[in-house]
Amino acid sequence: MYSERALKEFRHPKNIGEIKNPDGLGKVGNAQCGDLLWTYIKVGKNKAGKEIITDIKVKTFGCVAAIATSSILTKIAKGITIEEALKINKEKIAKELDGLPPNKMHCSVLAMDGLKRAIEDYRNKKAK
Amino acid sequence: MRRIYLDHAATTPIDARALKAMRPYFSEKYGNAGSLHYFGNEAKKAMEKARAEIAHAINAEPDEIIFTSGGTESDNLALQEIAYPNKSRGNHIITSVFEHHAVLHTCKFLEKDGFKVTYLDVDSRGFISPKELESAITGRTILVSVMHANNEIGTIQPIAEIGKICRERGIYFHTDAVQTVGKISIDVKKMNIDLLSSSAHKFYGPKGVGFLYVRKGTSIHPLMHGGGQENGLRSGTENVAGIVGMAEALKISIREMGKENACELKLRNKLIKGCLKISDSWLNGSLTNRLAGNANLGFDFVEGESIVIMLDEKGIAASTGSACSTKSLEPSHVLRAIGLPHVKCHGSLRLTLGRSTTARDIDYLLKVLPGIIKKLRAMSPLRKGVDISEFEGKIEHTHEGHAH
Repeated sequence: MYSERALKEFRHPKNIGEIKNPDGLGKVGNAQCGDLLWTYIKVGKNKAGKEIITDIKVKTFGCVAAIATSSILTKIAKGITIEEALKINKEKIAKELDGLPPNKMHCSVLAMDGLKRAIEDYRNKKAK
Repeated sequence: MRRIYLDHAATTPIDARALKAMRPYFSEKYGNAGSLHYFGNEAKKAMEKARAEIAHAINAEPDEIIFTSGGTESDNLALQEIAYPNKSRGNHIITSVFEHHAVLHTCKFLEKDGFKVTYLDVDSRGFISPKELESAITGRTILVSVMHANNEIGTIQPIAEIGKICRERGIYFHTDAVQTVGKISIDVKKMNIDLLSSSAHKFYGPKGVGFLYVRKGTSIHPLMHGGGQENGLRSGTENVAGIVGMAEALKISIREMGKENACELKLRNKLIKGCLKISDSWLNGSLTNRLAGNANLGFDFVEGESIVIMLDEKGIAASTGSACSTKSLEPSHVLRAIGLPHVKCHGSLRLTLGRSTTARDIDYLLKVLPGIIKKLRAMSPLRKGVDISEFEGKIEHTHEGHAH
């Protein structure tokens, strides 16, 4: 059912955990479907003065797909600008995992939602 | 890698003795049981011997056994073909909320066709109440369908009591006994059962074959139309090899039932005791009046599919009631029925023991499971005191399939 790549990511997920005093925190999920995801980010600036995600960690309650997509997203997002991060789409996440079963595609949407929510949280805090 | 199979409620391996009994009926004694010649008679004789043996196993008469393709077909035949012919008498059916989907979805189908269905609740221990059933009966009730034992939590329902209530009122009583035939003694006469569904692969017989017991005098119509086999109630050339294998497997299961149950019970209780040593864990369903081989445990803060996949990588086959493990993305209706909140349903693990299970298997499971739960908990945002009430919302269906 799962690709070898997705199972590998599930077995050895990266960037799992929390960041103390994160710049942004995104909590998303649905207890009914059985996946909950907390995304923590630290934001800094690159040489060109653009905001980049310097660190990202996630905590995931969910199935193999939820954990694998969480992990792969943190790998893609770490070190890129916020603008670039917001452009990551679910197809890219699924492709990195050699595809996901059709009924698990929503997990990649969830991972992206978590990151978007964390960025939103960061922007809201900054605006205050 | 050493493989340990702890999913016997899903299916069982065919018993070597049953397989041996079936073998000649593929390529030597391959006749069609409906043919007049030697080959046909040979097949017919074997099939009727099997029918008599199966009938004897549940204290029925041979002509009360209809061979089918398995549990799902038996349930469909029983419900639909009692409902339609009896519609003039009434359109009310009573069942329970935690039946197998073969019964529940057939009831949903009948509801679209003008039938009214009452779904009885179950208590937190996993039992339906005969009293509640009694008070749900109306003058329009024609059929009651309650499973003998639940496939997820193994709780054994008071079907003899239910059978008595139905018989006194002239209401047909069907029971889905897919999880119990060959595991618990069944006497259809004493238990006042009118229709009973069974499937061979749950008691070490082959897949693709089962039977429906239909008490003499029950007015039932066929679901399958054609050559008129099985007294016109189930057309289609009979699966002679499968039927022979089923009868042999059932004979063996009944012969070894006492020894088998004692052994499974001992190992199952050791398993439950060991699993409950893990913090924030619980047993789903009552420990008493439960199938000997069934254990269904819950672990807070983690999700079942992840547990199952991690166990699989350690060589252990198990199953879960988590939404993620299903096509519908809905958590187990059985665990919901016994009152578990959604998030707890997702953390369920079903381990079902069988003939080949050893104490060593249980020791190995108990060695690896705590580490798996610990690893998943370390990844999870949930722990004691984390409020997730804002995430308890309904699933919204969008173009993405479903959104959060």
